[in-house]
Order: sequence, then structure tokens, then C-alpha cells
Amino acid sequence: MQLARVIGDVVASVKDANLTGIKLLLLQPIAASGEASGRTLVALDSVGAGVGEHVFFVRGREAAYPFYPSEPPTDAAVIGIVDQWDLSS
Amino acid sequence: MQIGKVVGTVVSTQKNTKLVGAKLLLVQPETLDQKPRGIAVLAIDAVGAGVGERVLLVIEGKAAGDALGKKAAAVDAAIIGIVDVVDYLDEP
Repeated sequence: MQLARVIGDVVASVKDANLTGIKLLLLQPIAASGEASGRTLVALDSVGAGVGEHVFFVRGREAAYPFYPSEPPTDAAVIGIVDQWDLSS
Repeated sequence: MQIGKVVGTVVSTQKNTKLVGAKLLLVQPETLDQKPRGIAVLAIDAVGAGVGERVLLVIEGKAAGDALGKKAAAVDAAIIGIVDVVDYLDEP
């Protein structure tokens, strides 16, 4: 799992049937310092996150689990909204 | 998932039997400002995409197999949506 910031969303009318009704979010992964780190990606939303929020997401086949028993074809899903995080110095 | 542009089609007559009936497209992954990023990948098309369209590309074996509708297929990438609009913050 990784921290990320939601920087946008994606609209797709024509899509796999198992994706119907699921929001697509554009994520920028961030380092623990809060700085952008790595490539942006598109992830399914399972928690009702919105643009500007900090979230955490999971990659891989497990990204479909929040939508069980539906099995959307995905490799990334937002599974939590971050209230705050602290770094011990 | 990544956003990319369909840049070509691929035809293969002799192939693994699990791939019979599969439509194969060449997808060039892109950055948010639509510049090419990395090398083009060969993906199963599950939504009827065409050359020139912006699409959602999933690179994960089981998801690609689901999109193809076959279990244990030797595939690792699939197009699972056609992008209408991408909205994003100018200064992420």
C-alpha cells in the first residue's frame, strides 16, 4: 500500500461491465514527506475519496477485493482516506 | 491503471489457443499532458476501442484474463475503458 494524493478524475462511458458505477480517480503517489514521487496512475475508488484528498491505495490483483463479489479488472484501488500521518524524526 | 493512446493493431494467426478471438491493440502509455511514456504495450481489447482513442490500460494478469473472458490465459494487459474526459489539478 502507498500514500497518494487524488489529483483528478477520469470519465469513461464505454468500459468493462464490471466497472459500471465505480469512480475512477487520478492519483499522484507521494513520499512520506508529502512530495510527489513516481508516476501518476488511475485507480478505482472504494471509499468515496475526492480530488485534493490524501488517500492510500493498493496495487495488484488485491485491488479488486473491495468490490467483492464483483471482480472489476483493475490493478489499483483506493482503500482509505488519510486523516493525518506523522513521521518520527 | 494507466492512460494511453491506441497507436496500432496487431494480427496474429498462429498463437496460443487461449488467444483465439482476442483483439490485440498496440497502446502507447501517456503522461497527463499526452506525451508518450515508455514503450508501447500489446493489450487485449475488451471494450471495442479503435486507433487514435485514449483508453484505460490495466497491466495485471488476472484482470486481463477477466477482460478476455477466459481463465488462465497467457495475457498481462487489457484495455478496459475508453476515456471521455480527464480532469486534474494544474498544480498537483
